Amino acid sequence: MYKVYLEVIRIRFLMMLAYRVNYYSGIIIYSLNIGVYYFLWMAIYGNKGTLQGMTVMQMATYIAVSWMSRAFYFNNLDREIAQEIRDGTVAVQLIRPYHYLLVKAFQGLGEGLFRLFLFSVPGMIVVSFIFPIDLPGVSPVWAKFALSLLLGFIVNVEVNLLTGVLAFFILNNQGLIWAKRVIVDLLSGLTIPIVFYPDWMQKVLEFLPFQAISYLPSTVLVKGLAGSDFVHAILIQAVWCVLLWIPIQLIWLKARKTLIVQGG
Amino acid sequence: MRSIEAHGLTKEFKVYQSRPGLAGAFRDLLNRQYRVIRAVDAIDLTIDQGEIVGYIGENGAGKSTTIKMLTGILEPTAGELKVNGYDPHREREKFVRTIGVVFGQRSQLWWDIAVQESFRLLQKVYRLPDEQYKRHLGRMVEVLEIGDLLDQPVRKLSLGQRMRCELAAALIHQPPLLFLDEPTIGLDVLVKENIRRFLKEINKELGTTILLTTHDISDIEALCSRVVMLDKGRIIYDGSLTKLRLNWGGGRKIHLDFAKNVQLNELEQRTEGLPVKWEQTGQRQYIAHIHHGELAVSEVLSRVVQYVPVQEMRIEEASTEEIVRQIYQEGMTIV
Repeated sequence: MYKVYLEVIRIRFLMMLAYRVNYYSGIIIYSLNIGVYYFLWMAIYGNKGTLQGMTVMQMATYIAVSWMSRAFYFNNLDREIAQEIRDGTVAVQLIRPYHYLLVKAFQGLGEGLFRLFLFSVPGMIVVSFIFPIDLPGVSPVWAKFALSLLLGFIVNVEVNLLTGVLAFFILNNQGLIWAKRVIVDLLSGLTIPIVFYPDWMQKVLEFLPFQAISYLPSTVLVKGLAGSDFVHAILIQAVWCVLLWIPIQLIWLKARKTLIVQGG
Repeated sequence: MRSIEAHGLTKEFKVYQSRPGLAGAFRDLLNRQYRVIRAVDAIDLTIDQGEIVGYIGENGAGKSTTIKMLTGILEPTAGELKVNGYDPHREREKFVRTIGVVFGQRSQLWWDIAVQESFRLLQKVYRLPDEQYKRHLGRMVEVLEIGDLLDQPVRKLSLGQRMRCELAAALIHQPPLLFLDEPTIGLDVLVKENIRRFLKEINKELGTTILLTTHDISDIEALCSRVVMLDKGRIIYDGSLTKLRLNWGGGRKIHLDFAKNVQLNELEQRTEGLPVKWEQTGQRQYIAHIHHGELAVSEVLSRVVQYVPVQEMRIEEASTEEIVRQIYQEGMTIV
């Protein structure tokens, strides 16, 4: 069965290659974002060496790492699913002997891996020449980061699937998709690391899945989390991976029952 | 073995209605009114292995909805349904391995990548052994003449090219049952010909059951031995094409070319009492529309020939298309 999913990943690779222009424009957008946030945060730091327990160097590294991670975990599965529901292609997916949402998730993984190897890794090397950042050399921290990043990816995919399948009930969920995108960028710690939020907000965010997407993996790498801190972070992520699957599966089953294939 | 067995199969949709005006829109927010529409109304349908059945009906008659229930996409509201021995909706993943589906209006190939990549993915999806996959695909590529298209992205194919690839994709796992939803819509005659020939071959060699919905009656004439006709969610005819023709296609036309000029009312007088209507198309050319019966044809001819010599004549049977149009216009209650 896993062969199907490998094949799905391969196909997504091919599709990404078919749309190279998107890929090039992506490089420019991400470079700009890293540049903008770097200079913004440098201005905020001014001549202070440390804010909220993060040094200037850690902050710069955090920006680079979190954006490059975003290239990996980010995808438009929600929009794709909504689109397929709207134009009725979902019917074609249902005549195949696989779990539609699982296939979608693996398509996201194919897209993520493509950008990770052809975009994030080379991008990271370029960034490390331009901005003074501090990455660990050959170190087990990378393995921990990889695990945490993968879990972050899964949580993000699940958030996207959830947003996407809601299109079964809200036939035009463009607004929801946009709102979700901004919320994920903001609350996952991408634009503002979570330690910079007021205390009460941090408390709230602890109970939301978003920090598991970006903040936790980036912190694992930048601060080199070890021991119980690391285990704690991974556990939070793992719990969200499981918890989020429940509503997705429930909505999916309900959706299949009430499915109306639009457009004849 | 039975391919399809349905009893009292019914599908209802809730259709939400919006009240007019702004005030209505606000009221809709709180409680929405809906109306239940019965798209498919308690139909019974049994199809045996190896049959080719044409499923016809006007737009909105419930054809597509039936197909979607039979393929497990939609859950029936009521009724019993077994397809290839499975409950299509509940046992979807196991069931869909035993069917192939072609939707004429939407592609099941991956739009942006080469056709052969889609095929390869399907090979993995259906877990087909390499050798069997290659042999079967090679055969289909040959018959459908799609060898040159395999390395092209689907979006660059013409409709006819794409449709042949879709067929190959739907049959890649050699399913015993094939659903075709408007497979020849918008195709030119040569491609239609090719597709029909291919379908016949598949049916003959592999015993594939085929259920076909179409607006193109020539598809039915070329392929189907049996026709199921649907109107407003109910089956109004289920039987052979020949019988349909015999019962409702009794109408024949005799094109007559007389040796000398004849008046319309003279002909009418001569054939009085017979179920015939005359239509003048030229000075000496007439068409006799005969409503039904073999006898009437010879009777009309014998009466006319005695009176005026015939130079040329041609008897024409009503086409299936005309019959179907007639049935839909006049309605039919007998099954």
